[in-house]
Amino acid sequence: MSKKAVHLRLGELKTELAQVRDLEITIGKIIEEEWAEPMGPTPYPSMTSLRDWDLKLLKKYKPLYLPYCDACCLCTMGKCDLTRGKRGACGLDMSSQQSRIVLLASAMGAATHTGHARHLVEHLIDKYGPDLPIDVGKSVGIEVEAPVTRLVCGIRPRTLGDLEGVLGYLETQVTHLLAATSTGQEGNELDFESKVFHAGMIDQVGMEIGDIAQISAFGLPKADPGAPLSDIGLGTVDTSKPVILVIGHNVPPAVEIIDYLDKNGLYDKIEVTGICCTSHDLTRYNPKAKIIGPISWQLRYIRSGIPDVIVVDEQCIRADVLTEAQKAKIPVIASSEKNCLGLANRTLDPANEIVADLASGKAPGALILDPFKVGEVASRVAVEVAPQRIKFKTIPDATQVISEAMRCTQCSDCRRACPNNLPIPEAIKDASTGSLDGLAGLYEACIGCDRCESACPNHIRIHSSIAKAAERKIKEEKYKIRVGRGAIQDVEIRNVGAPIVLGEIPGVIALVGCANYPNGGREVAEMANEFIRRRYIVVTSGCSAMSIAMQKDEEGKSLYEAYPGAFEAGGLVNVGSCISNSHIAGAAIKIASIFAKRNLRGNYEEIADYIHNRVGAVGLAWGAITQKAASIASGFWRLGVPVVVGPHGSKYRRMLLGRRDREEDWYVYDARTGGQVYVGPTPEHLFYVAETKEEAMVMMAKFCLRPNDTTKGRMIKLSNYIDMHKKFYGIMPDDLHQLVRREADIPITMKEEILGILKKNQWQEQSIPDPTLLPRMVGARKAR
Amino acid sequence: MISAEPWQTAETPGSMRGLPITRPEVIVSAIRRSKRPILIVGYEATEVELAKGKPLEYAIRIAESTGTQIVATAHVISEFVQRGFGNAFGMPIVDIANRLRDPDWKGLDGQGQYDLALFIGIRYYLGWVTLSGLKHFAPNLKTISLDRFHQPHATWSFPNMNVEDWQRQLESVMAQLKQE
Repeated sequence: MSKKAVHLRLGELKTELAQVRDLEITIGKIIEEEWAEPMGPTPYPSMTSLRDWDLKLLKKYKPLYLPYCDACCLCTMGKCDLTRGKRGACGLDMSSQQSRIVLLASAMGAATHTGHARHLVEHLIDKYGPDLPIDVGKSVGIEVEAPVTRLVCGIRPRTLGDLEGVLGYLETQVTHLLAATSTGQEGNELDFESKVFHAGMIDQVGMEIGDIAQISAFGLPKADPGAPLSDIGLGTVDTSKPVILVIGHNVPPAVEIIDYLDKNGLYDKIEVTGICCTSHDLTRYNPKAKIIGPISWQLRYIRSGIPDVIVVDEQCIRADVLTEAQKAKIPVIASSEKNCLGLANRTLDPANEIVADLASGKAPGALILDPFKVGEVASRVAVEVAPQRIKFKTIPDATQVISEAMRCTQCSDCRRACPNNLPIPEAIKDASTGSLDGLAGLYEACIGCDRCESACPNHIRIHSSIAKAAERKIKEEKYKIRVGRGAIQDVEIRNVGAPIVLGEIPGVIALVGCANYPNGGREVAEMANEFIRRRYIVVTSGCSAMSIAMQKDEEGKSLYEAYPGAFEAGGLVNVGSCISNSHIAGAAIKIASIFAKRNLRGNYEEIADYIHNRVGAVGLAWGAITQKAASIASGFWRLGVPVVVGPHGSKYRRMLLGRRDREEDWYVYDARTGGQVYVGPTPEHLFYVAETKEEAMVMMAKFCLRPNDTTKGRMIKLSNYIDMHKKFYGIMPDDLHQLVRREADIPITMKEEILGILKKNQWQEQSIPDPTLLPRMVGARKAR
Repeated sequence: MISAEPWQTAETPGSMRGLPITRPEVIVSAIRRSKRPILIVGYEATEVELAKGKPLEYAIRIAESTGTQIVATAHVISEFVQRGFGNAFGMPIVDIANRLRDPDWKGLDGQGQYDLALFIGIRYYLGWVTLSGLKHFAPNLKTISLDRFHQPHATWSFPNMNVEDWQRQLESVMAQLKQE
């Protein structure tokens, strides 16, 4: 069914029975008309509604495919050899196959966030009712409560119940997107890429729905720049108490644990700790809870034996969590339909029976699909199990590490399995002679995947040995993180809208995503610090937000203690968990809406065009791992916001790259005159992999340039780009003649030097247009 | 330890594999036959210390003896500048890969597309996907990996070697280039 078949707009209807005015009905829902903003052209867009916009971006930023292997093995006609232009039995070639895989990944990501949002909304309606108002910061003046949803769907959600209709739309789109990847469907790589963008946009709405629902219902911080500081780090845990560990992304079970402990006077007697995004949302709910660290801390923490019960919900949970927990005699409670771990469903059993079975070890775990019951069972099991376990751990002692190391034959299978190619054999060799320094030295760059241990033919507990060797470091992991604040206030947008759009704040840098870092989390903190000191606005979320916290400055403070949490130049803004990423997109959208007064409602293309040409924002996912990270990036691509990934991100198999040597690619329309104007490669790329943090920083500074920058703004942005280029590359950039438009763009202190460079390149002054990629925008604003 | 298996165990490439370099003459001959060689130097070329310098210094020696143009990826250009080597051009690895697959690209000097790309100092997995992309989409380009871990998507690649064997191989290449 096409969108048109379900979207009815009536200007005026008179019958014998009634008279109707300005009625809109879409997908079975009535769009209320008390909202004065007119509906844009694409409410509830289908897979092809924004295809023209996508193709405009893809013309400028063409895909570079980097195949992982030579074959396709997705149907029974295969495997098909796709090398060098060969087509598979279905007719797909290598380019379309790679773009199909990117779509699969993005659809998986969008499905995951949408599914998460569905579970959240259903649970919250069950608990609080459908009429609970959406409130992400009314007390601080937030009127645009759901910018992404307004933009995409053209509705203004008022209550939890309103979100269900949006979820229905998202679920339909995800189904269509997944269907497009089936054998015999889409066959063109650019159409696959357009659908990738669609998946990203759907994903952004799903994330927003999830986060605004939980902010509203659980009372998480509402756009609070002064959100409290919380403890983070394995060393912060009081191991004298029973300890609960929650892992995942869906916070209701963890919330019920907190509530149960509170109600029963147990809160101060039990430690509640978390890993990954559930812990972000847990500390948003109660800042006394503790974050252990990013996704990569799972194994080392479980093996430490510190947790007495583990509660898993959904996403980013190790598939072997039950096996690992059993080794350490830790009961596991699974709480999501998406992750049952093979456990018996005890949802309907009395809590007393489940507690008895888990505490006695009769059952290794239980599936409990009722967050309220999880709250009670987890709390009681922790209390009962702790005295029996006495923090039983599976990490070997130093003597065992050394004796196991002696079994090593230096076959290098561990190193060949390590994603970061760490010199494990050498460290094990050192350990066999009694020195654990080599193993300790691996700790920081280890992503905790355990592939080394799995690969070892001599069953040496390599990951555990690294954890043992780094024991002192781990105990010293005691830091502070500002808990996720949620949305950006409308007033903050009003304050920074002009300086961002004019370029006087050099950019918004979003450090997001998972923890598959090439050299450890320290680099993320270093990059954050570099941009904060340069007065960029740095926003962050998820595992990256944790990694930023887990470093200290000379005064022993984390960056969150050193810098304000406001959305302002020099601010460090932790929005929260993965689904809080929607607030970063939301901030860019709100700049167009609140500052520039562009209509938001169902008006995706115009707003994306605005953001792409005017808002100097760049995302960095330095350790991106998951399909969710792919869909989050895709959402930013459709808005025209560049995304940089760390070197492991090359495994997403496709980059979106501009060619600055092709002048014809860098023309825009001047909305004032209709003429086409060369604006240089700004921003140069849409999806880019950086080898090193130095490269990432220089490129992010460059990718903040936008065609709309004023001369003052361009001067500030160029100052940062040139300064970082000289600092990290040791030389002046070679593309200044493409980035300087007028003499007034040139940083004053470098004027003579740069003028010399420009002269050598036959540079000429250019005009600065009112830039747009949309011909229909020519003269449109004046007409309005 | 010399092996011509992919270094990372799970990275099995498929139907089209390059050849392991068993003799350094293969590299010398390929460079000599090439009309337009280019040498791409990644950041790991500055991370390892061999007996006679870093891999980056070997890259300079190759470039000096053959006139091969160097592309320094990431922030490696600063290392060439520090050494006073002027024939290096800074360009991100994805940009050079993107241009090498374009038959209409005129090269860094405007003289035309390259027919041989040598790589050194590239992270294994990044080299893997880059070489794979070139294998599929730059059919007229020959590629050589000079790193010590076998890259099966390259036309030719050293087998997996320890640092000492790698250094010997590189020295042998240098000696032969010098002779010619």
